[in-house]
Amino acid sequence: MPESILTITIIVIKILAIMLPLMAAVAYTTLIERKVIGYMQLRVGPNRVGPKGLLQPIADALKLMCKEFIIPTGSSRFLFLLAPVLALGPALAAWAVIPFGSEMVLADINAGLLYVLALTSLGVYGIIIAGWASNSKYAFLGAMRSAAQIVSYEIAMGFSLVGVLVAAGSLNLGDIIEAQRGSLGILNWFWLPLLPLFFIYFISGVAETNRAPFDVSEGESEIVAGFHVEYAGMAFALFFLAEYANMILISALTAVLFMGGWLSPFSWVPDGIHWFFAKTGLFLFLFLWFRATFPRYRYDQIMRLGWKIFLPITIVWVMVVAAMVVWKIPPWFSS
Amino acid sequence: MPDIRNMTMNFGPQHPAAHGVLRLVLEMDGEVIERADPHIGLLHRGTEKLAENKPYNQSIGYMDRLDYVSMMCNEHAYVLAIEKLIGIKPPVRAQYIRVMFDEITRILNHLMWLGAHGLDIGAMTVFLYCFREREDLMDCYEAVSGTRMHATYYRPGGVYRDLPEIMPQYQPSKWRSAKDVNALNENRSGTLLDFIDDFVKRFPACVDEYETLLTDNRIWKQRTVDIGIVSPERALALGFTGPMLRGSGIAWDLRKKQPYEVYNELEFDIPVGVTGDCYDRYLVRIEEMRQSAKIIKQCVDWLKVNPGPVILDDPKLVAPDRSSMKGDMESLIHHFKLFTEGYCVPEGEVYSAIEHPKGEFGIYLVSDGANKPYRVKARAAGFAHLAAMNEMVKGHMLSDVVAVIGTMDIVFGEIDR
Repeated sequence: MPESILTITIIVIKILAIMLPLMAAVAYTTLIERKVIGYMQLRVGPNRVGPKGLLQPIADALKLMCKEFIIPTGSSRFLFLLAPVLALGPALAAWAVIPFGSEMVLADINAGLLYVLALTSLGVYGIIIAGWASNSKYAFLGAMRSAAQIVSYEIAMGFSLVGVLVAAGSLNLGDIIEAQRGSLGILNWFWLPLLPLFFIYFISGVAETNRAPFDVSEGESEIVAGFHVEYAGMAFALFFLAEYANMILISALTAVLFMGGWLSPFSWVPDGIHWFFAKTGLFLFLFLWFRATFPRYRYDQIMRLGWKIFLPITIVWVMVVAAMVVWKIPPWFSS
Repeated sequence: MPDIRNMTMNFGPQHPAAHGVLRLVLEMDGEVIERADPHIGLLHRGTEKLAENKPYNQSIGYMDRLDYVSMMCNEHAYVLAIEKLIGIKPPVRAQYIRVMFDEITRILNHLMWLGAHGLDIGAMTVFLYCFREREDLMDCYEAVSGTRMHATYYRPGGVYRDLPEIMPQYQPSKWRSAKDVNALNENRSGTLLDFIDDFVKRFPACVDEYETLLTDNRIWKQRTVDIGIVSPERALALGFTGPMLRGSGIAWDLRKKQPYEVYNELEFDIPVGVTGDCYDRYLVRIEEMRQSAKIIKQCVDWLKVNPGPVILDDPKLVAPDRSSMKGDMESLIHHFKLFTEGYCVPEGEVYSAIEHPKGEFGIYLVSDGANKPYRVKARAAGFAHLAAMNEMVKGHMLSDVVAVIGTMDIVFGEIDR
């Protein structure tokens, strides 16, 4: 009995060790976003709260917590409250299988990739339910767009994961990283043989997190705030957290699946967790860069992109990868 | 089986893309627009009626507030109407100054339009890029008139005062060190004309910068090409003017067709579109900014070498200067009369139109010989454009409504008046 309590305690500590830094990272991603986009747009971003504006996320969080929580009269109360939880939950749960370093993973399960695919797809239900339960036309349009959007990129995203699976020969994320190890360092990673899949996975990831240029379900200038137009205070904050946690998650996954996770880019430099963070940060920066650069897609155009461009490319490239594996094309698949 | 009804959605007046207070009632089949019904009047201030209750020279400021992103152009039409009725012509230097500021205003307006249009379609950064250049042009407004928006600079008989010899400069403060301020003041060390000259020199590169973000951007093209197409025939029938008409391929520009002031002495081209979609109108306006810069350059060169009076020397129309007013009885009387009674304008009616950044802006003035107009009617370009909303968005999606609102360049100050 005490042994199982000990195990549970250790697991809880591990969860906290992931969650607390993650929440801090989410908070400070908002600050970094405002700063980075600010400088891209000839502004300076927040610099008033605390030294260099470093306390801005704290102030934002406090403000949101103090705000009144409004449940619209016509809304479906239970679903309205469930939706933000449903959005945030999967975004956090998916972190269980992310390997931060060799052996540094909460749940080293064999179906890691499937688990990730399942959970990242689940987040969209939060958005659809939020839009439907709000009983607002703008929110409803947001939900509708989100539903239309998910069917268009989710399949392409799945196929790019199939490519990774074929290349690595394993669903375990740690094994996938190990499969990318090689004497050539950065050139051994999967981004090179799987280049089209790499691009498509990341772009689909941007679409899945509802970030610009795929932020149609939020569509600030069209449907005001889309699915979360009726949410206030902490419930809104949960959506916000979910969005940013998802952004970090997608960046981390891209780093794991295509950029060799904790592996060092040069064979003479030791591996380590810092490489994982550096790669995640790089992709996170791309998210912000996209937002400052691109106009917004129309949602039927996203569907066209997903079905007519991404899907054929991924299917073809999965074949190519399979062929490369079968014929053991060096340097990636020679062993 | 219950019958399927279309969804009716209320778009605005509180909406980020409503450009002020547009209220659109949209009938939608899913996201596809079946009918768009624009409602106006939420910014009605009775400008025309107010102007009918004041002496002629006291309503110029109201005109600024019509289309509040192209202030001096509104003044211009009103002032031209009064001048036409009285039968006077301002000195040439004043005409050049007016043309120069009309074009500065055109750039101001188009920058605002480009920023807002970009923001509507989701390109956030363009907005802030545009505001960087707008800031400099606002400073030009401030230098000549003392205010950054509602200038009241044009007067019947000329302009309020000559261009200043110095440009206002930044001062060091807690947030700006002396070194930063020196860098900022570098192009402000000369006269206003030097500053404008410098602006015109660097402005084409700025336009290139906006274009790198948008013109060849695939997403931007997907969102604007073939959206809101207006055929040339329909554009004429709907009463379109300005870039909306030129985007459809009709080279109609009052600066060329009915030249006023000194436009016939200046060299510039009129860009026209081909298909009449949002993308063509975007290209037309971008090119207009470049052409405006060209016109400003010519005006600056002329103004630099041709000093002279900027307002008529007619005490019945133009206020005497302060110093003579203090010592000269006649000037004092003129001043008193001008600022209380104004002046009487001969009986008659007149319509004067100018090529406003948004299209043809006209003032129709009826005088019964009194010191106040009997009737003032402003013809706002945006009104006719907004009326075509239903036709332009029918069959498009909700996201395209936003693009069409952006391409129309609507400002409610002039539509609701």
